[in-house]
Amino acid sequence: MSLTLDQVQRIAHLARIEVSEAEALTTQSHLNGIFQLIEQMQAVDTTGVEPMAHAQDLSQRLREDVVSEPDQRSAFQAIAPEIEAGLYLVPKVIE
Amino acid sequence: MNQWEVVIGIETHAQLASVSKIFSGASTAFGAAPNTQACAVDLALPGVLPVLNKKAVECAIRFGLAIGAEVAKKSVFARKNYFYPDLPKGYQISQMDLPVVVGGEIPVVVGQGDKAYEKVVHLTRAHLEEDAGKSLHEDFHGKSGIDLNRAGTPLLEIVTEPDMRSSDEAVAYAKSLHALVRWIGICDGNMQEGSFRCDANVSVRPKGQVALGTRREIKNLNSFRFLKEAIDFEIQWQINEIEEGRKIQQATVLFDPDKSETRVMRTKEDAHDYRYFPDPDLLPLIVSDEWLARVKAELPELPTQKRARFINELALSAYDATTLTATQEMAAYFESTVTIAGKANAKPCANWVMGDLAGRLGKEGKELTDSPVSAAQLAGLIIRIADNTISNNIAKKVFEALWNGEAASADQIIEQQGLKQITDSGAIESLVDEVLAANPGNVAEFRAGKEKAFNALVGQVMKAAKGKANPQQVNDLLRQKLAS
Repeated sequence: MSLTLDQVQRIAHLARIEVSEAEALTTQSHLNGIFQLIEQMQAVDTTGVEPMAHAQDLSQRLREDVVSEPDQRSAFQAIAPEIEAGLYLVPKVIE
Repeated sequence: MNQWEVVIGIETHAQLASVSKIFSGASTAFGAAPNTQACAVDLALPGVLPVLNKKAVECAIRFGLAIGAEVAKKSVFARKNYFYPDLPKGYQISQMDLPVVVGGEIPVVVGQGDKAYEKVVHLTRAHLEEDAGKSLHEDFHGKSGIDLNRAGTPLLEIVTEPDMRSSDEAVAYAKSLHALVRWIGICDGNMQEGSFRCDANVSVRPKGQVALGTRREIKNLNSFRFLKEAIDFEIQWQINEIEEGRKIQQATVLFDPDKSETRVMRTKEDAHDYRYFPDPDLLPLIVSDEWLARVKAELPELPTQKRARFINELALSAYDATTLTATQEMAAYFESTVTIAGKANAKPCANWVMGDLAGRLGKEGKELTDSPVSAAQLAGLIIRIADNTISNNIAKKVFEALWNGEAASADQIIEQQGLKQITDSGAIESLVDEVLAANPGNVAEFRAGKEKAFNALVGQVMKAAKGKANPQQVNDLLRQKLAS
């Protein structure tokens, strides 16, 4: 499998990464190189092997349902570019 | 309309009843000042890691057990990637290939009275995920304001098969699900606060066709009325489109309650490509057999089980049994009443709870838990009707007196106000004789075949007895005297 230039642009858009046409060409060849590696791996017979969800063979630790985080809004908002009435302000987005 | 079949599937986001968030220790309390309940994890500051809330998982297990689903021994969290300012990480932690609850079913009763019918809605899955924050688009100098208090709130997304065939069935399902999640205590069901939100997938197809039509998804319906209105509008719109020769395009739509119409939010072309993959920050969730067994043991008797018991053991109708198991409070009140009044009085107990009591509570906007008349007081009243101490009409007076707190028990009120029914046939007979003598006109009319005149005479006797004469005895004696 190899990616077209259009697909590279689409992936870049989904990831909100701006790529120039020249960069898209380089990225295309890098990604296709990775696809070749994936193709090699996919050639391995994995019949009977359970898909792995995580590299570590452990299970998720759980926490008790307790409120442990105090309000630190003023500390967090001190590093925000713009705030008002306790809200973080961002460029207008309406879907 | 008749040659079309409607197909509906529903996805519900139920906010789980935990005090802290699904992956952080920030509070989930509703109504706090903006961003005061958004901690470093919720804000996705660098270096933070999610730690799963045990209570959220336990809620999912409860739900799975309550609907007879398979609770997965191993489930996996995945990242659902998209960009929006109220999602600071750039992805939502959800579950994709291995959800925590698989399958299950919810029995529902559609419609009321004689036209009511039962239906089973099958579930595809239910999975755990985190909620996003809230965007406020009011005027902040052309900018949007972001409140992340809701970010990371635990949700259970409950997905049905495309089993429903009308908006009524969809609403009946949503109501049953709403009652169930509250019953088992995993969600407060507060729809105004967004604790229970439904998306409806709607399509139509010619009757008899097996393949499904193209669906459109109506997002974020937060009341049963909107759910019904939105689906009804959407069905009619889709049928019109097809009948006018146009094809339905797969799309996500929003319902506008003011205009009662749906409008397109996005089409398939610009549908999100979420690029799900297992979240490397979270290990697989393992639910042990011991945990499952413990949650199962703690589960209360479920509404469907209670309903079946009310029908089988107390000989109630399906409708009564369904109404009385709408909430746990209602069922508990009814059962306490029956325990005292006796199983033989189950039907009158049901009638009083669903009728006079529910009506009076509704009129004053009170919840059952705040009822001034206790189950024991109501049972005491019902016992006195059953043993003929008072008639049904007098009972309504006694009920009113209990409601107003005039005395502690029905017996006290009957005693104090002299409401005891007159069952002494001698006393009733003399009243009957007086009325017959005083109303020769009615007597003549009755003898001429006018049944109405009889009712007038009964009324006169009851009036003379101040409503306290046993109505059956009055009837019998009057008939006897008039026949002779």
